[in-house]
Amino acid sequence: MNADVFVAWFEEAARLVRRDRERLTQLDAAIGDADHGTNLDRGLTEVRAALAGSPPETPAQVLALAGATLIRRIGGASGPLYGSVFRQMGKSLESPVTLAGFAAAFESGVVALERLGKAALGDKTMVDALAPASRALALAVRDGVGVREAFEQAAKAAEEGAKATIPMQARKGRASYLGERSIGHEDPGAASAALFMAALAAVVT
Amino acid sequence: MVGLVLVAHSAGLAAEAAALARGIAGADTPVAAAGGTEDGGLGTSVDLIEAALRSVDQGDGVVLIPDLGSSVLTARLLEEDGRVVVADVPFVEGAIAAAVAAGAGVPLSDVLEAAEEARAYRKL
Repeated sequence: MNADVFVAWFEEAARLVRRDRERLTQLDAAIGDADHGTNLDRGLTEVRAALAGSPPETPAQVLALAGATLIRRIGGASGPLYGSVFRQMGKSLESPVTLAGFAAAFESGVVALERLGKAALGDKTMVDALAPASRALALAVRDGVGVREAFEQAAKAAEEGAKATIPMQARKGRASYLGERSIGHEDPGAASAALFMAALAAVVT
Repeated sequence: MVGLVLVAHSAGLAAEAAALARGIAGADTPVAAAGGTEDGGLGTSVDLIEAALRSVDQGDGVVLIPDLGSSVLTARLLEEDGRVVVADVPFVEGAIAAAVAAGAGVPLSDVLEAAEEARAYRKL
């Protein structure tokens, strides 16, 4: 996996978020402040422009630039949250990128996310999609499966994780103010996290 | 003096809270506001926070006081051990307590402690 694959990852993520912008915003309208789709679409458009403007040479540089851009350009919580995932991944990822190296860097990104947001599995946040995806990658490394299959399993785990947030009661963010009324709605952050993982699977298959 | 940056989702809220804190603590107290996004919307801008941070940094440390949500998350990204700290305090009460302490010239740890005491204030 070279820098081009990582650039393609963010391009595909931008495409999927643009496609699902209204769905993400509708999910956020139910339990948040109805700007998740718009914010993330705008942030990823800025990421694409930044990557095109000064094409990075290594996967780590792609991740660092994407993370910094999301932090600077999104005024809502998804900026620092996604930004810290990719920034930390960029710090941890070594070239050349192996599946094991990617899985370890991804895990460190999820840990940074959990630390920043003080969120854990079951809080009805993007952690509920990204932590299962991280676990799926670790299992794929253990079982020696190929990159393509590993990313497909991670995408599936993220999608299932996002759907699993529907019956949960939110304990973080604006949705937590709603208490039991947050039950019955998919978390928009988990939904967008599943799109990031789907984008990753799409660019390696 | 320790500097303070009030980080809120709205430019008006941050500016008025900073004016209130300076009014009570003294006009020389280094309190800056970083509210809303760069285009004037509701939200948080890391660039506005960094600019505010530079404007109040006199070398004695800076306390960031966020309101909630993305303000907290973004402020935490700017923490520097022993130099830039985020106070986990109620926005208005914490800002005033921290500003009064900062204005008295006490060190960073004492300003933070004064701010945190504000969490236990009862109004009635």
